[in-house]
Amino acid sequence: MYTILEKQDLAPTLGKFVIEAPFIARKRKAGNFVIIRVLETGERIPLTIVDGDPEKGTITLIVQGIGKTTKLLLTKKAGDSLVDVVGPLGNPTPIEYHGAVACVGGGVGTAELYPIARALKQAGNKLYSIVGARSKDLIILENEMSAISDNIFVTTDDGSYGRKGFVTDQLKDLLESAAGISTVYAIGPLPMMKAVSNLTRSYGTKTYVSLNAIMVDGTGMCGGCRVTVDGQMKFACVDGPEFDGHKVDFDELIMRNRTYVDLERISDAALHHESIDLHTGMMYELR
Amino acid sequence: MNYVSALKPSERMKIPRQLSIEQDPGERSRNFLEVSMGLDKERASIEANRCLECKNPVCVEGCPVGIDIRGFIQLAMKGDFVGAVNKIREANYLPAICGRVCPQESQCEEVCTLGKKHSPVAIGKLERFVADYEMQNNLFQSPAIAEQRDQKVAIVGSGPGGLTCAAELAKLGYKVTIFEALHAVGGVLRYGIPEFRLPRTILDLETDRIKKLGVEIYTNFVVGRTATIDELFNEWGFISIYLGTGAGTPTFMGIPGESLSGVYSANEYLTRVNLMRAYDFPHYDTPIKIGRQVAVIGGGNTAMDAVRTSRRLGAEHAYLIYRRSRQEMPAREEEIHHAEEEGVEFMLLTNPVRILSDDNNWVRGIECQRMELGEPDESGRRRPIAIKGSEFVIPVQTVVEAVGQKPNPIIQSTTPGLETSKRGTVVVNEEQRTSREGIYAGGDLSRGGATVILAMRDGKQAAAAIHKYLLTKSGQASLVKDMEEVSVPS
Repeated sequence: MYTILEKQDLAPTLGKFVIEAPFIARKRKAGNFVIIRVLETGERIPLTIVDGDPEKGTITLIVQGIGKTTKLLLTKKAGDSLVDVVGPLGNPTPIEYHGAVACVGGGVGTAELYPIARALKQAGNKLYSIVGARSKDLIILENEMSAISDNIFVTTDDGSYGRKGFVTDQLKDLLESAAGISTVYAIGPLPMMKAVSNLTRSYGTKTYVSLNAIMVDGTGMCGGCRVTVDGQMKFACVDGPEFDGHKVDFDELIMRNRTYVDLERISDAALHHESIDLHTGMMYELR
Repeated sequence: MNYVSALKPSERMKIPRQLSIEQDPGERSRNFLEVSMGLDKERASIEANRCLECKNPVCVEGCPVGIDIRGFIQLAMKGDFVGAVNKIREANYLPAICGRVCPQESQCEEVCTLGKKHSPVAIGKLERFVADYEMQNNLFQSPAIAEQRDQKVAIVGSGPGGLTCAAELAKLGYKVTIFEALHAVGGVLRYGIPEFRLPRTILDLETDRIKKLGVEIYTNFVVGRTATIDELFNEWGFISIYLGTGAGTPTFMGIPGESLSGVYSANEYLTRVNLMRAYDFPHYDTPIKIGRQVAVIGGGNTAMDAVRTSRRLGAEHAYLIYRRSRQEMPAREEEIHHAEEEGVEFMLLTNPVRILSDDNNWVRGIECQRMELGEPDESGRRRPIAIKGSEFVIPVQTVVEAVGQKPNPIIQSTTPGLETSKRGTVVVNEEQRTSREGIYAGGDLSRGGATVILAMRDGKQAAAAIHKYLLTKSGQASLVKDMEEVSVPS
């Protein structure tokens, strides 16, 4: 069992967890993820490791309630535990000196971006951060990102906080400016990473994205997380999760990630004890 | 040698081979309960008496782990079923598993003397019976464990090879720790082999018995990530390590359309169902989604497991697409037969060329071409050749590729000095020793894709080699000479 030592609500659907996982805490690096299960009948889901303390033997996860498992996890408190936490998985982000870098986080992606941004800053890079979300209450880690950034920009889709618009609007201005951005790291929803990659492609700016594909084991065993990168089949769990954004087939991945949407809805309904029709969705009907 | 059976050989030969009781095919193709219920006590006793008690029991040579088959059958003849299972356990710590999944027809039963003119003795069914008898009557007794030794041995992977190696070393008194990447123990026995062939209660019981030998098990521990092999040596204090991580990485055919929703590797498909229990969604959270028509590609046991699973998940048409003919199929005859009984539709001499998409990026069909057989290739099987212009489309909404696996590269890539082959397998000698001192490997990791029993054979061989290595290392080399020869045919 993996005990939750601290739980903090960051927003109505966002929570931060400090979890006892001593082996993982010793080995984890920026960019690594874990696979967790919340209960014995639960599914395995990947979550990026946001932070870790090898001395205390803890790792930090930030979770947005999207499906059944993440929503269930958000109901957990300090003292509760997870049945399984395995990792650190995936390749750590290669941290190099590039000069000036832009780190672009969308929604809960900012949590995944934070350890990478911090490592890039520690490696001597000049760090420009762009943190975006749909609205003000979904902006996370602004203070933390601000503390490590040379410059930070906040955008919201609805204009409730920071600049009204998308992270790409801000990024475009930055790329046009004299900042001299040589490399971009973008983590967020797939459409955002796609938009960022499309934008930076026209500037010829190297762009790394972190792909959240459907995974079961997270160790290269199931192949469920296969993505097409530069025309080649790659497994996000062992070949990634980071890839060159200019080479990723985002449309294909966006489609693949929709495979279970209706079943996820059933699962979510079951969490709220709503009545469900089991046969809805189990069979894919050809249209 | 004294014969145990009171019957004359000519009388024994007249007894027909006893058949297992099986679930009705129509019934079982809609549930995940075990297909075969095995022999009952009466049939087992009759079957045991078919054994000719050969002076030279060739069946034992046919067994990869060298079970004293004649010996256990003679005990069964006397009605001493517990004695019989303990006789098996001297050579194989997982009899209830082997009695279910071993390909006896190409091993012990293939060489059985009785089989030359009649049907061979149902050795596998008898093995299963005595194991089940012991279990049902709660008669299991832990074997003797040698005096505790201080040396620590790590086993990576809790599949059949790792479990066997762990059991053998624990019985010798070593402190054994198994590291398993998944959250449950058993490796391919857990995620790969379906419950209708190997019920989870059996697997749980057999693995519990290994824990009772004092073996410590860490689940959720990915060696190479959570700790490296060198950390296990230097920081954890292990003196020797056995690698039994199997061949868990799926291969894909590389045809267009493999990224569509509805395309699975057999590994993912079976893992969702077996390990994660997706068939019981939404009581279990992991989903699986299939169409009314499912195509499984491949002709091995994994393909049979996947296609039979498809029927149980509710597929109206479950097609098995294989590019050669039935004769060349690597799957066990019993599995092919069971699949046929369960209504699986075999599309033989058929080769998929691309997977077709509907408007939602879901599979709507698979385009195939007809094949004919040419001259034998390097595998000795006749090479399939495409017939030009024979393309046709099978309407399916799900495609499962069971076209082979290769070893997971995580350990090899994080362990300097560990020699691997071009195929990604770990290179071992006849003692299962790798290129690194103290590290041994076996099963699919070194063979590239074999059977449960061969993994167990390797695990057992490695345990003997590790024992010898540790005796030598601790200055007890003189004891090595006294070690009884390990009876594992290579």
